[in-house]
Amino acid sequence: MSHDTKHAEHAHPTGATYLKIGLILTIITAVEVWAYYIPALVASPLFNPALIIMSAAKFAIVVLFYMHLKYDHKLFKALFTGPLIIAMGTITALLFLFGKVKL
Amino acid sequence: MASHAHAATTGHADGHDAHEHHHYTTTGLDHRKIAIWAFIGSECMLFASLISTYLIYKGKSLVGPFPHTEYVNEAGKVFKPILDIPVTSASTFVLLMSSLAMVLALQAVQLKGTPLAAGAGWWQRAERSSQLWLGMTALLGATFLGFQAYEFTSFVHEGLTIKTNLFGSTFFTLTGFHGAHVTVGVLWLMMLLWIDRTRGLGPKDELIVDICALYWHFVDVVWIAIFTLIYLIQ
Repeated sequence: MSHDTKHAEHAHPTGATYLKIGLILTIITAVEVWAYYIPALVASPLFNPALIIMSAAKFAIVVLFYMHLKYDHKLFKALFTGPLIIAMGTITALLFLFGKVKL
Repeated sequence: MASHAHAATTGHADGHDAHEHHHYTTTGLDHRKIAIWAFIGSECMLFASLISTYLIYKGKSLVGPFPHTEYVNEAGKVFKPILDIPVTSASTFVLLMSSLAMVLALQAVQLKGTPLAAGAGWWQRAERSSQLWLGMTALLGATFLGFQAYEFTSFVHEGLTIKTNLFGSTFFTLTGFHGAHVTVGVLWLMMLLWIDRTRGLGPKDELIVDICALYWHFVDVVWIAIFTLIYLIQ
């Protein structure tokens, strides 16, 4: 495979796509804040998981599109996701260890 | 999709100027970009330790003020929930928009030198203005720091310092570390803006802007996690 072909596969989104992604991030943030002010939603057992899912979605969108990890070399993906998995595992383990989360 | 190549990733840069900077690496990737990703990976673990410390001590404070609930001390003084969600929501929006400006700054550097179509509108011209987007990113980052300074000051006035309780200790440590990272990012952006104004940034400089952009976006994703875990989850 020539370098040019490789480059074509790794092309980045356009400015319009970046603007759309910015709009999506804003909408998700607005939904998170709106939910915070609805007592019935806050009392729901699904409130915290829903917030974490929305936050994870924003995290993934920024990493994949703004940081271009979706289009980047697999070594960069490994350098980021490896420590991220260790970090998430550490947080989870500590929360179980200190009784903040129970099965 | 834009047709420009992702030179920094592959280490095989486009353009004559970029070829002059090409050097062999065993991975075929630029060492500086590998270094920034390794650094970001280590930063993930740093912030994970700070976030886990906050979460472990959450709700363990013996005295207020508390983040989400009222507190009445022995003297009968009432302390309202201390977190100001509207202000922090605004600062979160500002930081998200700074990430958008940053990615547009990188694109502007990549697009420099490419011919502008006849009758191109203001957006096509703006897309090529790296000074505009770098300046906007730095300004939005400084605005975020202003929000954080306001928040810290108001917390201290309301009786919460780093030594008041476990919430204060873990909160100021976590958000203070993040604020320090934003400060470094703003200084870095101002340095790039200065370079752009003095000699101009072009496609050959894509990598140095990309590295700064990766750092800036990482600071943004850390705040995305902090905003949800510290401010919104009660």
